[in-house]
Amino acid sequence: MLKVSNLDVYYGAIHAIKDVSLEVPDGEIVTLIGSNGAGKSTTLHTISGLIKPKNGSIVFEDTDITGMAAHKIVGMGLCQVPEGRHVFANMTVMENLELGAYLRSDKAGIAEDMDKIFQKFPRLLERKTQVAGTLSGGEQQMLAMGRALMSRPRLLLLDEPSMGLAPLLVKEIFNIIKEINESGTTVLLVEQNANMALSIADKAYVLETGRIALAGTAQELASSEAVRKAYLGG
Amino acid sequence: MNILRKSDLKRIVACAILFAAVQGLLFAEIIGPFWELNIVLICINIILAVSLNLINGYTGQFSIGHAGFLAVGAYTGAIMTVKLGFPFEVALVVGTVAAGFLGFLIGLPTLRLNGDYLAIATLGLGEIIRICILNIDYVGGASGLMGIPRFTTFAWVFWIMIFVIFFIKNFKNSSYGRCCLAIRENEIAADTMGIDTTKYKVMAFTLGAAFAGTAGVLFSHYFYIAHPASFTFMRSFDILTMVVLGGLGSMTGSITGAVLLTFISAYLAEYPEWRMIIYSATMIVLMLHRPQGLFGNKELSMKMFGLGGGKDGRTAESK
Repeated sequence: MLKVSNLDVYYGAIHAIKDVSLEVPDGEIVTLIGSNGAGKSTTLHTISGLIKPKNGSIVFEDTDITGMAAHKIVGMGLCQVPEGRHVFANMTVMENLELGAYLRSDKAGIAEDMDKIFQKFPRLLERKTQVAGTLSGGEQQMLAMGRALMSRPRLLLLDEPSMGLAPLLVKEIFNIIKEINESGTTVLLVEQNANMALSIADKAYVLETGRIALAGTAQELASSEAVRKAYLGG
Repeated sequence: MNILRKSDLKRIVACAILFAAVQGLLFAEIIGPFWELNIVLICINIILAVSLNLINGYTGQFSIGHAGFLAVGAYTGAIMTVKLGFPFEVALVVGTVAAGFLGFLIGLPTLRLNGDYLAIATLGLGEIIRICILNIDYVGGASGLMGIPRFTTFAWVFWIMIFVIFFIKNFKNSSYGRCCLAIRENEIAADTMGIDTTKYKVMAFTLGAAFAGTAGVLFSHYFYIAHPASFTFMRSFDILTMVVLGGLGSMTGSITGAVLLTFISAYLAEYPEWRMIIYSATMIVLMLHRPQGLFGNKELSMKMFGLGGGKDGRTAESK
C-alpha cells in the first residue's frame, strides 16, 4: 500500500534520515520503533508531506506522492495523527471531529462516521460540547485519532500515541488501534513504547540515528536479542 | 459565501437608524466640525481594525504592516482622482484592488514565516512602502500629495464600513473563515486535516490588505492630502492596539477598540504632552488585568448582559 524507498531527509546541514526504505502492506499494522532522535517522526512527517525529502520516493497505492503538498495527500486517503496530539484547543469536540471531515461532502456518511467514532470512544460522546483544550491527555489523543478517522483514511499514520499517558490508558489506546486496523484501516505506528507496539504490530522496523537498523515481523523483532537489550529493557 | 444573509437585514435596519441619527445631528450642526472629523476617523479606524482582525485575530498571522496597505490605498486613490481625473468610485475600487494585489504578492512568500518572523517581515514591508512613496516625485515625495478633493462624506465612510463589517463577519462564518480559524488554532493539525493552509492564509491577508486600501482612499479624500508621515509604523501600531485592546479574534472587540482609542486620542488632543503617557498607561493596565483584550475572542452580544439592548451600532455587528 505504501512503499518508501531510499529516503534522504536533511534539516539544513543535518542528515536526519539516511537511505530509509520501508513498506506497509495493505491491512497490516507496521510499527517504526527507535529511541529519541532516531528520525521516526521525521520519517512520518515526510510521508505525510509536511517535510520535503532530498532524495528517494514515496509511493502510495501506485501514486508517487513524494514532495506533494500535505493537504493533497490527505485527500488521497493517508492521514496523520501528529505527535503531541494537536487538537484544536478552543473548539469543541464536535467541531474538531467535523474539521476531520473537511475534505468530505457526503453529509450522511459524515454523520454515520461520527456515530461510529462516538461508539469507539464513548468518552468523547460524554464530552461532545466540551472545549478540546480542557480534555485530559488521553481524551485528546482519542479525539485526535477520531478526528483523523473522520477523513476515512485507508492508511493511518500514528505518531507516538502513547506519549505522556498513564499505563492503563496506553493499553486502551492500543486496543483501539487494533480495532481500527481490524475494521480495515492500514496503520503505520511510530512508537517509543516498543513493547506495546510490537505486541499489536504485524511488521516492524527499528530506526537508529536515521537508518533502518533492523526489520522483520513483529514476533521476530520482539524475540531478537539486540532489540530486547536496546528497547525492551532486558 | 453569502455576502449578506437574511438575518443581517434586521441589523442593517439598526445601522440605518444609527446612520440617520448621526446624519441628522450633522445636518442640524449639533455635531461640530471637530467631532465630525472624529466620527469619520472612527469609521476609517473601524475598517482598519476589523480588516487587521481578519489577519491577526481570525487567521492568527501576526501582521504589523497595515499602515503600508493604507498608504497604497491612499496614494493610488489620490492618483486616480487628482492625476488621472477619474471619479471617486473608480478611485475606491482601484485603491482597494491595488492594496489587495500587493497583499497577495507579499503574502505568498512572507506567510511561510510564522510568529515573530512574520511580524518583523510585515513591519519591514510597511516601512519599505512608506520609503518608496517618500522617494517618488510623481506623488509629491516628502511633501505629500496635495490638492486631493474632499469626496469622502460621512455617508460614504459609514456605508463602506458597514459593508466591510458584514463582509468579514460572513467570511468568518463561511467555510473559508472556518479554515482560517482552524489555522489559527493549530496549523499542523489543520494541515493534516487536508486544509490548504497557504491558500487560506494568503486569502485572509489579501482581503485584509484590500480593505486597508479602501480605508486609505477614504482617508486621503477626507483630509485633502496624502502624506508619508501619516503612514509610519506608529500608525500600524495604532491599528494593532485597537485590535489587541478589543480582543484578538473578536469583531465587536475591534470595533470597540477603534471607537475607544479614537475617542481617547481626540479627548487628549488638548494635552499633547500627556497623550502618549495616558495612552501607554492604559495599555499597561489593560494587559496586566485582561491580557486577552476587552472581549477575548468572544463577541459582544445581548446575551453577554443577559438582556437585550446595546449601545449604538455595536449590537448590529454582534453574532
